[in-house]
Amino acid sequence: METSIWRALFYLVGIMAFAGLNAAYLGWCERKGAARIQRRIGPCEAGYAGLWQPLADGLKLLSKQLLVPQGVDGIIFRVAPVLAMIPAITSMVVIPFSDNIGARAMELSVLLLFALASIGMIAILLGGWASGNKYAIISAARSVSQNLAYEIPMLITVITVVMISGSMNLREIALDQQGGFWHWNIFRLENGHFLTMWISFIIFFICSVAETNRAPFDMAEAESELVAGFMTEYGSMGFGLFMMGEYLNIVVGACLTATLFLGGWDCPFGLTPGVWWFLIKIYILIFTFIWIRWTYPRTQIYRLLNLSWKILIPFSLVNLLITAALIKVF
Amino acid sequence: MTVPIHLRHDETFVLNLGPQHPATHGVLRVKLTMDGEYIVKAEPVLGYIHRMHEKMAECGTFAQFMPNTARMDYLHALAFNHGWALVVEKAAGIEVPERAEYIRVITVELNRIASHLLWWAAFLLDLGGFTPLLYAFDDREKIIDLLERVTGSRLTYCYMRFGGVYNDIDEEFITGTRDFIKRLRGRMPRLYHDLVTHNIILIKRIKDIGIISAEQCRRYGATGPVARGSGINYDIRKNEPYSVYPEFDFDVPVFDEGDSMARYMVRMHEMEQSMRIIEQALDKLPDGPVMGKSPKVLKPEAGYYYSAVETARGSLGHRLVCDGGKNPYKLKLRSPTFSNLSLYGEVAEGMLLADALAFMGSLDLVIPEIDR
Amino acid sequence: MSGYWSDIFTGSKSLITGLAITAREFFKPVVTERYPWEVPTMTPLFRGHIELIGNEETGEPNCVVCGMCQRACPSVCISLDGKKNEGGKGKVLTSYVLDFTKCSLCGSCVESCNFNALRFSREYNLASFDKNDFIMDLMKRLEDQNRCKH
Repeated sequence: METSIWRALFYLVGIMAFAGLNAAYLGWCERKGAARIQRRIGPCEAGYAGLWQPLADGLKLLSKQLLVPQGVDGIIFRVAPVLAMIPAITSMVVIPFSDNIGARAMELSVLLLFALASIGMIAILLGGWASGNKYAIISAARSVSQNLAYEIPMLITVITVVMISGSMNLREIALDQQGGFWHWNIFRLENGHFLTMWISFIIFFICSVAETNRAPFDMAEAESELVAGFMTEYGSMGFGLFMMGEYLNIVVGACLTATLFLGGWDCPFGLTPGVWWFLIKIYILIFTFIWIRWTYPRTQIYRLLNLSWKILIPFSLVNLLITAALIKVF
Repeated sequence: MTVPIHLRHDETFVLNLGPQHPATHGVLRVKLTMDGEYIVKAEPVLGYIHRMHEKMAECGTFAQFMPNTARMDYLHALAFNHGWALVVEKAAGIEVPERAEYIRVITVELNRIASHLLWWAAFLLDLGGFTPLLYAFDDREKIIDLLERVTGSRLTYCYMRFGGVYNDIDEEFITGTRDFIKRLRGRMPRLYHDLVTHNIILIKRIKDIGIISAEQCRRYGATGPVARGSGINYDIRKNEPYSVYPEFDFDVPVFDEGDSMARYMVRMHEMEQSMRIIEQALDKLPDGPVMGKSPKVLKPEAGYYYSAVETARGSLGHRLVCDGGKNPYKLKLRSPTFSNLSLYGEVAEGMLLADALAFMGSLDLVIPEIDR
Repeated sequence: MSGYWSDIFTGSKSLITGLAITAREFFKPVVTERYPWEVPTMTPLFRGHIELIGNEETGEPNCVVCGMCQRACPSVCISLDGKKNEGGKGKVLTSYVLDFTKCSLCGSCVESCNFNALRFSREYNLASFDKNDFIMDLMKRLEDQNRCKH
């Protein structure tokens, strides 16, 4: 592995650009997608088809005053939004975009990603607590219990994948699935894994929707109940950073799903693998996130926890046992 | 220096679901005493939009009060118009021609459908489903366009007069209404029931939430879909009929469970029944004048008069005291939502915050009607 | 426990139906109208603010300054003034001012006029930074309309 300064610089700039563009333009995609589902147009004034809208929003947010209310914990209040962005951008270091494109292929990249996700969760908790607002505290408490409950089935399903591939290195997991969609972990026709891997995929997908606080699991920012949840007291760039952090978490979640289950940069028919397949897959997954958000109402906090503890965890544990048994047998 | 949350001696804190809140439909303040996420005590505080309509009635003539009626419950303004017209016609003994009665029923029922559509949209918005709002507003826009052709206004109608209605309806309105009913009937099973009513997330969210017993309804005087969702079979259009309602064949949906799901289903079925009434009224529409004989300056005989109509939210009563002059002496409006909201304090105890908001949404509150 | 499996199956089915419905709606055309590039036409009975009706030939307002509209208005919006008609009976209108900031578009004025002097205009595009733009001089409006006609 080369250690030239150009490689580091290239990846630094590349990842920041990818993260920045995604954070900004995912907002545009979401608004346009939501608008089309609701049979209206969406942003169309700022630039052709509203493409300058994220820029306009960014400028607006930057020009507002960052209001720090009296009685907040000064340092934590200002640090929390930044802490929400950091794990998302840092996670992109280990994601394998293609055979040749990937900043670092660490031996424990899966573990790193989940550790960083927990930091993101702490950011929400700190943001809510430091605001000194009762709505924010309620929402932060809900969000912590939700994240905790959904990390467990997520990790169990990832263990399943790791067992099949034999390594925690994301690049090796992706390499293991090359060669056409029948090798992808979601189908996995060898060794009889195809019976249960699609259940793993569904569980993982539901958990990533819950981990990123997206509807129907968006208790933390439930607009109609808690005004804006933990973000109530944040104006201007604080709010902007939380929103960008949320979109980047979605991107990281989609990248992880694509790498673990859908073969990374592989073409479905095994022909020409490349980074464009990876990008197509993550954008299809992100579109599904958006589609789900605008279709369903919000669940209740105890139903949400019920779903996790009573349905997802038993299913994922059974899945784990079956997969382990199949690996042992074949 | 951080300011911790002030806990009272029994470890509860007070959360203010303030007058400015996305989920209270209007300016309603609810003082919630909470223990974690559970509500220990809920106390609605009213009066933020009290505009003294009843006093305004005393300061102007009978006809000058008509625009005020629409501003109270802006979602079912025509029913409020109708109620005021009925009580003054009763006081002054004015006859209303047949065609005008039929037109009144058609427009009131169209407005009822529009009100229920908006209730559905706002209820789902409270629960976090943003898309059904737009689908409901698509249908509601058609109704409002139809009513705009006839009355000239889109939301606050001042259409009824003592003795009839202001304008006649034309052929385009009749064909437009029939087309609309066909369209809504086509869209209902898919966009309303498949997408929302059968959705497991919604069912889990509103079933067995906010159970109101029939006994509680009687004590607080709740009427309308709130009472019919708890098993009380009372609808002013059937039990104390007025206008030409006895000539139509329609059912009154009643569900026994008393939870939010029952109230939801009552309103969805009511929309269907309103469509039936409109179809029958359009078929039977007689010809004739739309305005009866009424004196220029109305001076009813002194006395006490009461009349009630069924609005989308319950039974609206007008109690009019006349003293023989050209202004009313006193008008008291019995607002249905006021009685419905009084249930809230008792039923919301022990609920989770999100459940309490879902329950509030299912009560269909319009705060300007409470505060008048 | 019996509801466990049925919940999962019917629940998943309802969720997928929901997704299918929104997917279908995604491909249907837009129902909104791009105002102000696509302007709606108002129906004939639409209630904009009131305006004076002028005589067909002379262009003078039909109003005889009886004051019925002023008395019928619940919100005290109308103030009108007239002077004696030299060489004839009755009064001639000199000024008619509508305070639109208080008007509730109830129609009592239009209805109470026996001389066909008032009707609803179809103005809906009213927005301004200045309150005085809404203290409307209806005689001036009638003169402008007459001038545009000829």
